[in-house]
Amino acid sequence: MLADIPVHSPRTLDDALGLLASPPDGRALTILAGGTDLMVLLHGRVVVPEAVLDISRLDPLRGVRLLDDGRLEVGALTTFRALAGDPLVQRHAPLLAEAALTVGALQIQARATLGGNVANASPAGDSLPVLLAQGAHVVLRSEAGERAVPFDGFYAGYRQPDVRSGELIAAFRIDPLPEGARCRFRKVGTRLAQAISKVVVAGVGRLDAGGRIDHLALAAGSVAAVPVRLRGAEAAGLGLSPEDARAPVSRAATADVAPIDDIRSTADYRRQVTGRLVGRFVDELAGR
Amino acid sequence: MSGPREIPEGGRVEPGGLDVAFRLNGRDVVAHGVAPMERLLDVLRDRLGWTGTKEGCGEGECGACTVLLDGLPVVSCLLPACQVEGRDVMTVEGLAGQESMSVLQREFLEAGGTQCGMCTPGILLTARALLDENPAPSRHEIRTALAGNLCRCTGYQKIIDGVERAAEVEGRGRGGSDAG
Repeated sequence: MLADIPVHSPRTLDDALGLLASPPDGRALTILAGGTDLMVLLHGRVVVPEAVLDISRLDPLRGVRLLDDGRLEVGALTTFRALAGDPLVQRHAPLLAEAALTVGALQIQARATLGGNVANASPAGDSLPVLLAQGAHVVLRSEAGERAVPFDGFYAGYRQPDVRSGELIAAFRIDPLPEGARCRFRKVGTRLAQAISKVVVAGVGRLDAGGRIDHLALAAGSVAAVPVRLRGAEAAGLGLSPEDARAPVSRAATADVAPIDDIRSTADYRRQVTGRLVGRFVDELAGR
Repeated sequence: MSGPREIPEGGRVEPGGLDVAFRLNGRDVVAHGVAPMERLLDVLRDRLGWTGTKEGCGEGECGACTVLLDGLPVVSCLLPACQVEGRDVMTVEGLAGQESMSVLQREFLEAGGTQCGMCTPGILLTARALLDENPAPSRHEIRTALAGNLCRCTGYQKIIDGVERAAEVEGRGRGGSDAG
């Protein structure tokens, strides 16, 4: 079975995009980066690709740089290990560095990539609420050129990323944090390592000089078919002091999510925990 | 005689026929006729006969099949052969000579860190990578580093003890009083 799967390992992005534009022998290409999702599915025979495009040799898709406009560009092949240890990420996207350390364990972090986490499109993907809360664009490359898509709205539905035929996720451009913002990432799982989350929440918030919330971006994973911005909760808190905002934000968050019962948790638990986590984040904005 | 066949420029690997050349425990090896999506775990055990690496869950959850890839712990059950070409792999057999144990192995054994032995190779390699990066880790740092290696026998305390003892002995060996 394995022996029947052809693998293409291009050395340049142009070669990779050429293969994607016209897959050899008409065999659909499944993209392989760090392999931490695909190899599990392949070994369990859940997925048997017609052919594989191994993009791991495309070095230009690896690494982090600060753009002139203040955004952080992260190559799709950057591993979670690299993200966690990168000084630019620690400074400009600290939630991403924090989330990276909760993905699997060291063995997974050394291989798994940000692009893979996004492409795999699990609603439980640990990095996804971070990209939503901070704001980011997905940079897609194809022979036709580049397309940058806001990450908010990138999933049309359960496991439906907006990747068109012939496109490859090349990078992410992450918005700068507002000056003076506080950030929080919380993953709730059965244990710290190697757990798929029951609930994962990322928050970015700030108080104005009068002590009222003037920026609030909240996002959660494992609580709906796709990772979600908690827009009702954000609206409920803006303009209020943290003391006044705590209860309405927490209550609104439980209505922003649409969780299900599954093997990891229950809808009820997920809804309650989402409310508590964002409530605690609002407390933290007040420095408590 | 055909030498190792590199993955061709820009291109195509015919099914079933990859010769993967890489460094294994300090030696150059070639695994012949490998399927590109074959797991490194199977290449090591079935094609090359290095059976020190154990298979646990086969899904990247348990850490039993951990090897070092260019010095970093990875699970060999999730690593396809096509990505090993030209890389440096260390398995448990690479930790010491044929006749002797390394300090890490000896201290681990003396602390009682091994019972059935299934998780031991993976844990030793994860611990080796930790000590190479951080020669004097705290118990918390040891626990964090080993969080992806499951053990169903020991209850972990003796595993942590073993790594801690190895760090102490290796620190004394370097003669650094600041290491302990």
